[in-house]
Amino acid sequence: MSDEPLRLVGRPLPRVDAAGKVTGQTRYTDDMSLPGMLHARIRRSDRPHARLVRVDTGRAAGLRGVHAVLTGTDLPVKYGILPVSQDERALALDKVRYVGDPIAAVAAVDERTADEALRLIEVEYEDLPAVLSVQEALAPVGDGDRIHERSERGNIQRSFAFDFGPVEEGFQAADIIRDDVFFYGGNTHLAMEPHCAIAEATPDGRLTLWSSTQVPHYLHRALAHVLGLPADRIRVIAAPVGGGFGGKSDIFAHEFVAAKLSMLTGRPVKAALTREESFYCHRGRHPVLMQFRLGATSDGRITALESTTYLDGGAYGGHGVASTLYTGALQTTTYKVPAYRFRGLRGYTNKPACGPKRGHGTVQPRFALEVQLDKLAVDLGLSPAQLRRRQLVEENSRTVNWLRITSCGLRECLDRVVEASDFERKWGKLPSGRGIGLACSAFVSGSAEAIYRNDGPHTTVRLDVDRSGGVTAFCGETDIGQGSDTVLATCVAEVLGLSPGDIRLVTADTDLTPVALGSYSSRVTFMMGNAAIQAATRVRDILFRAVAAKLGVPAETLVAADGKISAGEASISLAEAAAEAEAMQGPISETGSYTPPDLAGPYRGSGVGPSPAYSYSACAVEVEVDPETGILTVDRVWVAHDGGRVMNPVLAEGQIEGSVYMGLGEVLMEEQAFRKQGLHRGPSLLDYKSPSALEMPPVQVILVETIDPEGPFGAKEAGQGPLLPVPPAVCNAIYDAVGVRIDETPVTPQKILRALERRGGEPRVGPGPVPEAPFRTAIHVDPPPGAPTLRSVIDRALTAKEA
Amino acid sequence: MATQQSVGQAGRLVLHLTVNGETADVLAPPAATLLEVLRESLGLTGTKHGCELGECGLCTVLVDGTPLLACLLLAVEMEGRQIATVEGLADGTRLAPLQEAFRELGAAQCGYCTPGMLMAATHLLATVPSPTEGQIREALSGNLCRCTGYTKIVDAVGLAARRMEGEDR
Amino acid sequence: MLRLPPFEYLRPRTVAEAAEMLAAHDGRAMAMAGGSDLLPKMKRGQIEPAYLIGLRGLPEMAGISAEPDGSLRIGAGQTLAEVCEDPAVAASAPALATAARSVSTPQLRAAGTLGGNVMVDTRCTYYDQTYEWRRSLGFCFKKDGDRCPLAPGGSRCWSISSSDTVPVLIALAASATLTGPAGSRTVPLEDLYADDGLIPVRKAPAEILTSILIPPAGGRRATYWKLRRRESFDFPILGVAVALDLRDGVVASARIILGAVASHPVRATAAEDLLTGRPLTEEAIEEAAKVASNPARPLDNADLEHYWRKRMSRVYVRRALRELAGSAPDQSQGSSKLRR
Repeated sequence: MSDEPLRLVGRPLPRVDAAGKVTGQTRYTDDMSLPGMLHARIRRSDRPHARLVRVDTGRAAGLRGVHAVLTGTDLPVKYGILPVSQDERALALDKVRYVGDPIAAVAAVDERTADEALRLIEVEYEDLPAVLSVQEALAPVGDGDRIHERSERGNIQRSFAFDFGPVEEGFQAADIIRDDVFFYGGNTHLAMEPHCAIAEATPDGRLTLWSSTQVPHYLHRALAHVLGLPADRIRVIAAPVGGGFGGKSDIFAHEFVAAKLSMLTGRPVKAALTREESFYCHRGRHPVLMQFRLGATSDGRITALESTTYLDGGAYGGHGVASTLYTGALQTTTYKVPAYRFRGLRGYTNKPACGPKRGHGTVQPRFALEVQLDKLAVDLGLSPAQLRRRQLVEENSRTVNWLRITSCGLRECLDRVVEASDFERKWGKLPSGRGIGLACSAFVSGSAEAIYRNDGPHTTVRLDVDRSGGVTAFCGETDIGQGSDTVLATCVAEVLGLSPGDIRLVTADTDLTPVALGSYSSRVTFMMGNAAIQAATRVRDILFRAVAAKLGVPAETLVAADGKISAGEASISLAEAAAEAEAMQGPISETGSYTPPDLAGPYRGSGVGPSPAYSYSACAVEVEVDPETGILTVDRVWVAHDGGRVMNPVLAEGQIEGSVYMGLGEVLMEEQAFRKQGLHRGPSLLDYKSPSALEMPPVQVILVETIDPEGPFGAKEAGQGPLLPVPPAVCNAIYDAVGVRIDETPVTPQKILRALERRGGEPRVGPGPVPEAPFRTAIHVDPPPGAPTLRSVIDRALTAKEA
Repeated sequence: MATQQSVGQAGRLVLHLTVNGETADVLAPPAATLLEVLRESLGLTGTKHGCELGECGLCTVLVDGTPLLACLLLAVEMEGRQIATVEGLADGTRLAPLQEAFRELGAAQCGYCTPGMLMAATHLLATVPSPTEGQIREALSGNLCRCTGYTKIVDAVGLAARRMEGEDR
Repeated sequence: MLRLPPFEYLRPRTVAEAAEMLAAHDGRAMAMAGGSDLLPKMKRGQIEPAYLIGLRGLPEMAGISAEPDGSLRIGAGQTLAEVCEDPAVAASAPALATAARSVSTPQLRAAGTLGGNVMVDTRCTYYDQTYEWRRSLGFCFKKDGDRCPLAPGGSRCWSISSSDTVPVLIALAASATLTGPAGSRTVPLEDLYADDGLIPVRKAPAEILTSILIPPAGGRRATYWKLRRRESFDFPILGVAVALDLRDGVVASARIILGAVASHPVRATAAEDLLTGRPLTEEAIEEAAKVASNPARPLDNADLEHYWRKRMSRVYVRRALRELAGSAPDQSQGSSKLRR
């Protein structure tokens, strides 16, 4: 099959769900209404950290139109998306941990009544000291004042320390060592659709929950756990999602609240959050303080890397432990690093919990590494492109932290971006005030490990074919706007010789679709695509057997295309073939699954980072800085992305453009920031700045294709990776423009001016020295065979010198 | 302009509204915004809400051809006006040129900002048949999108404009 | 969804009727034109009128017309979109068109009125938040509280004058006509504003702004420069309006007004005096810009750092003056773009 020319894959076909979206017919969760539906609203904490002394819902319950009221005693079971941090409750029971923490809920005949009821709930707090930064989280704290009873130490939730390879030796062998400190600010997903869920509990003991969620399967498990209902009595349906970006890949209070209220009242209950509440759900970009040490030869080859990251986790664990590991895991995937020390910790703070936002925890350390390399290039008098070229990882290689790299188009991405942007002619040579910057990155095409210990497939696609030749694909994955429905239809149609529009899709319904882990870590194209191809191939084999028998030709000579199955001149329609096959063997229903290979390294904590394939990106950004005001304007962006085989260039470009947009937003203006009282500074779309159509510069997208040996038709991811190189490229461009370093995000005009005024001293704005943190003794891990060695780096440097 | 308004229960009024060429009587209090009436009384959920404060543009509708935010319009002031929403753009099942262009070029990803974008763009093309890229961006400058980076949306509006002017089939 | 609290809606047929309604429901009624400032504040519980008096379409507040003497009368009910597209405005007060065009977004300009922007409430990042957020912080002087979170020991409100059109109109020496139950009065627009975040506009509650009158252009050059993070949506974090009467390169008169730097639009009188009677040289511009920024007192209750915003007032006054030095009469540009 891999030899046949592709008919659909690679073509710019419209999305299969486009018509619904452009007509307003697509029904998102809040567009749905059920007879007798009640409306839920949640009363949230006013305090950043406090014991709940009293929660009195009597007056609220008595308000006309209120049907039920809940407090923490009604939902006492703790949960958390990760098994290692089950530290949340749907409604606070003994204490509140951030302004916005849910305390109580009401179900009423309409939202206005519910809101009125919330104001009748009396809450008494006993304030506790609030912690609002990771530095504060590191400080010693009395047992009674800790944010969580269980944590590694004080307000430090968890820490990790690894040494991969000969770290001390690597630094000793370096000709130059750089120490740099960076800070990447927190920001949020800001999906245009606020969170929403509708629950319907029926007298037969079943519960259905519709939700704008990226993870119906994990939500399903959590509902069973928290509500004490058997999982097979619960049905979770992910409605079309109006944007996720990771912000809906966690499980939320309002989902449990809606379910419980429906169970109590026997009526459907809708919980629609306001925009402000979405800021409190958050689960967005962790603010991370980073200390990076880099050792290199005099010609810029890395001999050792040491990165220490401090994550400001917010009030709950969420995905945070994975986020922490991600701030270390992918640093070795772009350049040959022979020795790597990673230490990372996550602190609890009294703010909305952080979690995965596009790129997860890899965005922040990638910023640090790409800027630090830029500084090294300047130190050594090399062009940033040249420096990187000297040590790009190669395809089919290993990293010292046991990651397996297969297809790798990084070199081509770098070369094409350098060419398209005319980087070498511009860098260091543009008139003062204008500059160009460069960065590279890599990202996972799906995490090779599930969130819970799971020996089953990560995705399964079931295909049913009926006698009229109608093909229905059942799949648990969720389209969050990234186009996964279209990818599913395309893969199936490609194999069966149909058009994507021919495939009927049933997705993201735990009653109807086989388990799929959900839309996160860019796993869907890769894993669902493979499962779809497998299922479709099995179906095709059945059809071919029937057609072979009918036409009297060998099955190997058959081709499926244009709704027909043919051998030379003879052909039979798919519908006929299906009818024949059903007569032969019974109804056609086949599944295909995908389970990633076991890629984890031989050490604890190796579960984050491994992926069946990595995507690669390179980005150049041209900027202008007004030295009088410090105002930065981004003039142009070039981005090259190796996402393996391009499934559909319209989809791929759209994801890349969106990633660039989001990267620009993060570095230029987005900020999930808090006042000293723990209040969000601006939980609105006006105060939280995201770029409008007038802020976006022209973006040139360069699609670099490698054919990944394990990807579906060779495809990899394209939805998160392209964000990573954008923020560091912007900061590197600022340096090129006006000679100052902004070692933190977001960039503001004030920071640029302050840095400009420090010329003569160190023209830099960024964090100061990082506090000493009590990391445990590092786990020492010997690198795998095939990983870069110190010897080879030094040899190459010597050879280059002699040349 | 004022029509007969009778007061219903609990201070609600009977409003005679014309949406997409169809008239309907709706029972709503003065405090009901056009957005709430469209979505909750008329079942026209194509118009989305993202903030209800006028800060995102998702709820853009046309009132007598002018793009306005439904979340900041009182339904009681909408009598006698022609209201157009996304549901009225297509001709039966035939997509309008803007919708077709959005569909072809991938200008709708999650689709949540799409109705508002389409309404703002509809007004633009009705008043400026051959807009420049700058004019397109200006016209859409009140509509936020988090998925597309606006690129394909701007391209789609340009394509639709050219097609409507007969330049590009 | 955030929803409006309940209220009764009244539809007067004339401005006089509207004023009577306001007087009759003294303290419990508010006039609403476009609603783009009032309705969000009601949804957030900042303003709670029992009655809304709809001003949409009132004849006395409509129209843009040139008077016989060349002055321009603009009805307060004209939308900002109408103002920035009107040929008479373009001809005699283009800086006003620039300011109007810079407000918010196309949709809100099509709904919001000139009167609404002239009367827009002062703003503050501690105040323009939902009820729940403010309850969490503790309420402030402007609504339900007895302190200012920004300056806890103090006794005044520091909310910020946030109109784009007001600085320009004052620079153009505009006057405002207000109609109340007792009749109409016309005053210089700048007399309406006070350095008081609680009562930033000096008018009786039952008075309604009906029109703005801009004196004839007469060779005046004017411009408006707006500073904000994005080129759409955002209120000004600094507005600089300058109007000069230049004769043979000498400043016959100057009006320099800073917006969004205090609770009221600030006249940079020291800078104006410094320029009057002098040739508009680079040196004069520099001196004036330096002095103009003195009365700017931005605080940490708006976007971006206030020290920086203060510094920018000097930069923007300088740029506005330079632009006028280089331009022909009636050729304002001004800018709300962020590029240099």
